[in-house]
Amino acid sequence: MTLPLFLFYLFAVLAVLSALAMVANVRNTVAAAMSLVITMVALAVIYVLLEAHLVAAIQIMVYGGAIVVLFLFVVMLLNLRSDDFPPGRQRLTKAAGALLGVFALAGFLRGYGALPPAPPLPEGFGGYRAVGLALYTDYVLLVEMASLLLTAAIVGALILAKRKIS
Amino acid sequence: MIPLEHVIGLSAILFTIGVVGVVTRRNLIVILMSIELMLNAVNLAFVGFNRLWPEGAGGSAYDGQVFVLMVITVAAAEVAVGLGIVISMFRNRDSVNIEDVSLLRW
Repeated sequence: MTLPLFLFYLFAVLAVLSALAMVANVRNTVAAAMSLVITMVALAVIYVLLEAHLVAAIQIMVYGGAIVVLFLFVVMLLNLRSDDFPPGRQRLTKAAGALLGVFALAGFLRGYGALPPAPPLPEGFGGYRAVGLALYTDYVLLVEMASLLLTAAIVGALILAKRKIS
Repeated sequence: MIPLEHVIGLSAILFTIGVVGVVTRRNLIVILMSIELMLNAVNLAFVGFNRLWPEGAGGSAYDGQVFVLMVITVAAAEVAVGLGIVISMFRNRDSVNIEDVSLLRW
């Protein structure tokens, strides 16, 4: 087994385990957020192995750096160390959720045919220069729309967080 | 060389874990985190397929990676608005349990 393949399986297992830990952790929301960070970083490593270097860097910066910190910030702001909600219809919901999950997984894996092997790549594939050029030539409209979306999200979040609904 | 089937399989597994989290958990913050996990699984599939077909169909060679960047943008916006909703809900109900907000439930 070559080194990239070994790293892929290592970080794939790590990502799945920490994702499971995030979903299964009902005691401590902060620990769940930290598990999410581990998943994000493991996925960033897998992106590097798949020759998507810029995407990997942005994954760590935006997901590991910004989004999860925002989660942690809110969790600590609301002082939600534990979320031991009293059990209600929890068992039924859990069974339904697990069943739905298994069905979704089966549906995905049904179309699990043989993909062709990945072709060799040109030099600098997935680097900053190449992806940046694609972003600002072919996809410049998309970038502008993203900026509009972010502006709208900022305004919306401000209004939502300020208002007191009676 | 990493077999792409395994990348897509990992993506499917992560997405499923995210779905299970959304359906079973009742903490609104953890539900938002599970949605992030689902978005990440989709990103992984995008990057994997971009590695598989790097020549692009009509567009540039980076269709998949540019889409991943857009998904990350949308995820950031979604988290900002979602956590705004969480804070507003905590202010009004003093809870982040989704069973406490059933105004729109039929």
